[in-house]
Amino acid sequence: MAERAAASQSRIPIIGWLLRRYDFEVYLLRRNPMTMLGLSIILLVVLAGIAAPILAPYDPLDVNPPIRLQGPSPQHWMGTDDFGRDILSRVLYATRVDLLIAFSAVSVAAIAGIALGSVAGYLRGRVDEFIMRTLDVIQAFPAFILAMGLAVALGSGMMNIIYVVAFIMVPIFARLTRSEVLSARERGYTEAARCMGATQAEIIFVHLLPNCLTPVLVQFALSMSYAILDAAALSFIGLGVNPPEAEWGSMVNQGVRFIVSGEWWMSIFPGLMMSICILGFNLLADGLRDVFDPKLRS
Amino acid sequence: MEPVLLSLQDLKAHFFTFRGVVRAVDGITFDVQRGEALGLVGESGSGKTVTGMSILRLIQPPGRIVGGDILFKGRSILELAESEMQALRGRQISMIFQNPRTALNPVLRVGEQIDRVYRQHTACAASEARDRRLEMLAKVSIGQPESFSRQYPHHLSGGMCQRAMIVMALICNPELVIADEPTTGLDVTIQRQIMELLAEMRQHTQATQILITHDLGVVAETCDRVVVMYASQIMEVAGTRELYSQPSHPYTQGLLRSVPRLDVEYDPAVMPGSVPSASQQPSGCPFHPRCPIAESVCREVRPELLPIADGHLAACHLTGKGRAWDSA
Repeated sequence: MAERAAASQSRIPIIGWLLRRYDFEVYLLRRNPMTMLGLSIILLVVLAGIAAPILAPYDPLDVNPPIRLQGPSPQHWMGTDDFGRDILSRVLYATRVDLLIAFSAVSVAAIAGIALGSVAGYLRGRVDEFIMRTLDVIQAFPAFILAMGLAVALGSGMMNIIYVVAFIMVPIFARLTRSEVLSARERGYTEAARCMGATQAEIIFVHLLPNCLTPVLVQFALSMSYAILDAAALSFIGLGVNPPEAEWGSMVNQGVRFIVSGEWWMSIFPGLMMSICILGFNLLADGLRDVFDPKLRS
Repeated sequence: MEPVLLSLQDLKAHFFTFRGVVRAVDGITFDVQRGEALGLVGESGSGKTVTGMSILRLIQPPGRIVGGDILFKGRSILELAESEMQALRGRQISMIFQNPRTALNPVLRVGEQIDRVYRQHTACAASEARDRRLEMLAKVSIGQPESFSRQYPHHLSGGMCQRAMIVMALICNPELVIADEPTTGLDVTIQRQIMELLAEMRQHTQATQILITHDLGVVAETCDRVVVMYASQIMEVAGTRELYSQPSHPYTQGLLRSVPRLDVEYDPAVMPGSVPSASQQPSGCPFHPRCPIAESVCREVRPELLPIADGHLAACHLTGKGRAWDSA
């Protein structure tokens, strides 16, 4: 037993540490209703996406012209679109697509950004200059214009959207990680580790990164909402997910033509779902920041 | 075995900043005998810590060692490859830090941090490191080493953190331990315990100790010999007893007089001025602007560190010309 306990001690310590170190903060989180609201929204939306095949009353791609452009009714809670497809089913399936795109894009951006930022912050000097100035070039463009240009160049499709959204988010994560690493490398424990003969790899992965990741976690939640918005916006202008696959942005776009003629439900429901989802991630990010940053705690 | 464990020879460590060269350590020479406890005393900014970091060859850019040599067991450590140096750090030369709470990684359990150091240098099995850790924790009077090892640093008091640091520093049985103000940031009662613990561990391990401090009282109690630094240079080297009874350098005399005493009314004007910034050092003797007996030669010529008695060196042109300060 003791052997096993000793073995589990030497693993990468982040998760157990987060739980134990922040037991007080988890308590705070529970006392913070807005954060809990955000967390609940996200959990519900994620569940809805996962369970879409069970929850959706109809096939999202099933075209049925006789019932096209029907308003919300007991049969079709959110109405039908101009091909007679059930909007509720499409919104549920779109949840999967949008969350998957956002989560993948932010993960890719976070991994690349953490890698670049920690290398820049740890090595400093010319490597730092090179990485940071390259990122400056990316950030010099208005992010969405750059995303549009890249999406046009790469072509539409889900994978390309993920790359594009990830690409414009890398600088945020890189900068954040770099600034954290820059301060962590001057802290006592890093110096102490060096004095005890720790290798470079150990210093970076054991002493620097685990101490730098909490703000990155907050940024992750915040970036999720931007990623959802960016992915939907790209799809809205026709550069994103290919039809007929359901996606919030393209669904909104599809319904825009019909708003003037009174068929408001085609755009409103996917738009509403997107707003709720973004609200959830923003509330969570806000709450996490309060939890991790004692200075902002009231 | 050769009696001299560590020898600094005209060591110079400078920092090249935008505002000019900061001569943090400017030509210091002293030997550390095997098994002794050497005190390195001076005010803040006098170059004590940079000296300690130089011995580990860990001066970070923009600083570097620009001259002189450091011989550890007769070998120059400035010529070692980085990998050899890394094997030396923590294994043969180790360091105890000030502010122990910040010197421990907050995301690692104390036990794991200690094991990491030991396994880094011995490549032994986890269970062996664990046994060694528990043995060492018991030696530094940790009552329940098992549960102590499972704590994170923020669960522990400063004194407990410092005990963990001491275990980390001593777990590989190093021959030289550099303690850089080990009691700074601790309560007075804990300070005493830590200093007693260090002295006790020295008895146990026979390790040589360099104690970097500005606390003259601590030095008097624990050290065999004292090196007094001022403005990046050595002012005086002497056995502790001799230094306290017959301080030769005006700076040392002033320093000893600055210690507040209950039996003498405190005189804040005891040593006017402050340490010159390391980037703008005075010409000649660095202490001459504050020295009450400075003569013209002091302003022009930098005094050499010369023997004035057996084992007693001082860097002053006016050695033997009486006491600089009126005795209180």
